[in-house]
Amino acid sequence: MTSLPVERLARPQSLHATDRSDRIYRRVLTGFALGLPLLILIILGVLFTGALPALKRFGPTFLWTSTWDPVAEIYGAAPMIFGTLASSVLALLIAVPLALSVAIFLTEFSPGWLRQPVAFLVELLAAIPSVVYGTWGIFVLIPFLRAHVVPPLKAVLGWTPFLQGVFYGNSLLAGGVILAIMIVPYIAAVSREVLLAVPASQREAALAMGATRWEAVRSAVLPYGRAGLIGAVILGLGRALGETMAVTMLIGNRHDIGVSLLQPAYTMAAAIANEFSEATTNLYQSALFEVGLILFVLTVAVNAIARVLIWRVARGQAVGSRAL
Amino acid sequence: MKSLLLLLAALPAAALAQVQLNGAGATFPNIIYSDWMLTYNQAHPDVKLNYQSIGSGGGIRQFSDGTVDFGASDAPMTDSAIAAIGGNALHIPTVMGAVVIIYNLQGVSQAVKFTPDVLADIFLGKITKWNDARLASGNSGVTLPASDIVVVHRADGSGTSFAFTDYLAKVSPEWQQKVGKGTSVNWPVGLGGRGSEGVSATVSQTPGAIGYVELAYATTNKIQYGTLRNSSGNWITPSLAAVTAAAAGAMKDMGPNTDFRVSVTNSSGAQAYPISTFTWLLVHKSYSDTVKARALVQFIWWAESDGQAKAPQLGYAPLPRELHPWIEARLKSIKAAGRSVL
Repeated sequence: MTSLPVERLARPQSLHATDRSDRIYRRVLTGFALGLPLLILIILGVLFTGALPALKRFGPTFLWTSTWDPVAEIYGAAPMIFGTLASSVLALLIAVPLALSVAIFLTEFSPGWLRQPVAFLVELLAAIPSVVYGTWGIFVLIPFLRAHVVPPLKAVLGWTPFLQGVFYGNSLLAGGVILAIMIVPYIAAVSREVLLAVPASQREAALAMGATRWEAVRSAVLPYGRAGLIGAVILGLGRALGETMAVTMLIGNRHDIGVSLLQPAYTMAAAIANEFSEATTNLYQSALFEVGLILFVLTVAVNAIARVLIWRVARGQAVGSRAL
Repeated sequence: MKSLLLLLAALPAAALAQVQLNGAGATFPNIIYSDWMLTYNQAHPDVKLNYQSIGSGGGIRQFSDGTVDFGASDAPMTDSAIAAIGGNALHIPTVMGAVVIIYNLQGVSQAVKFTPDVLADIFLGKITKWNDARLASGNSGVTLPASDIVVVHRADGSGTSFAFTDYLAKVSPEWQQKVGKGTSVNWPVGLGGRGSEGVSATVSQTPGAIGYVELAYATTNKIQYGTLRNSSGNWITPSLAAVTAAAAGAMKDMGPNTDFRVSVTNSSGAQAYPISTFTWLLVHKSYSDTVKARALVQFIWWAESDGQAKAPQLGYAPLPRELHPWIEARLKSIKAAGRSVL
């Protein structure tokens, strides 16, 4: 007897279960919602079919051989896989401290009148087309690195394997730095939102315990938002892995593996962009499809790892975890 | 009377009949092709021509797939690619281009001279300093710096790379054996630049760099380029006349029955610039649509005769006059529905 009103309260939509427009609406939404995962599967399928000749011809050796010879039709993607990961990691190493500093400054330390202009300008960096970054990189960044960054770096860390060889300009270092600049706005913007969402009570509690501003940020604000901050970093990493134009203009486009940051390298996205339109033989085209497939799988894997990381860190209570 | 009636009946139909010809391919000849098509359309409003410069490789693919009426390429189709479409392909050269050597040497105002073997060894990574004895011996009177040579090549597939590696493969057995020729190759050394603009920007920003671009690109952007020694032993500064001379010099090797898929690099002409190349239109030997085929062949013939005059002012080298009878013969061999269209 009494169960009926309770049930109605719990499931108010059942009132309109028979409404026709509601059903259509639901089906359209379901269709759209299923369409996107379906699209991903189709992309995967197309990449796989395109890559099939190369997969058959080279097998798993494609992943760890480094010859890329379109004349002899021998293809190995190891240098590109290495270059993609190395340039992205380098970009994160530079961008994460920078972007987090910007976000912490803007939310915790900046005077109120400075917040909006600085946030706006940082986010404006994301609006610059990547070809402009590339051109700027060739004409401004590389000469700057050559004159003011590489000599002191070599003087201090020249003994490490990371700074061997002569710096000609286009290199892993130049590619990584341009990537870092390009992903800073994404990481900074998301981090700022995450930090803004940390309740004031967290800071107040820390300050009331006698913490300094910095200690409050470090011990209360950052841990509270850590899931969201990891999400911000992963967003930046995703951008870095797939960025093409600016990187190809600066990284030197050389199918080579070297630990030195001063040497040219190659990324998967850059190679596909450069070589696809002129890949005249089927095997050549197929090898590029396989590179695309690897990049796709790598990106999905990075996002999956990130998701797991966020779940483990967040446990449902930290800021930003629901949105990610 | 009967024929007059037929003529009257045919007139409005002819006035309405629009022929749309679609082509795609090489980016290098895009400027002159666009110009030709515009000019030709003004004189022949019934023929609409559309050309998309998607690159030589894409042009060959679309031509082979039959999605365009004609293709265009800076690198000829391979035997296997022609066999794959049943041999139904003709290469018609339209204009010529050249590849020039550009470099970044502060304080060197004279053109640097390169012998074929020195050039090959630089791009093989065997000559690594600008003051190398072999480089210096060809450049007496010029003080070349002791700096490293930084090789810059195209990272994207390109007809420019094809012409350049085709030349190196001819003059250097080691290059032929180690690298070979192609629109993309496995470069022994160097940095990759994307497009002509990528190569020239990298060269201009890297002290000691050496690279290669199209002659037309270098002249429009006022980039200094080197002098090469040709197969006759003469030092040749790149110029349109020297490029045309390369084709004329190569004619006796070609013979009148050539399929025009010949490389004119390292040509034997005394005044020939050694890294010269044709750019080709790709057409079928037989078409099913007579109206289209006739319009296409007539356009090409116009480009080969009247159109050539426009080439030098747009930065392209015209074909040598001597080549025209051969091209005419080849165009006459094009058939539609079993009959010659010209």
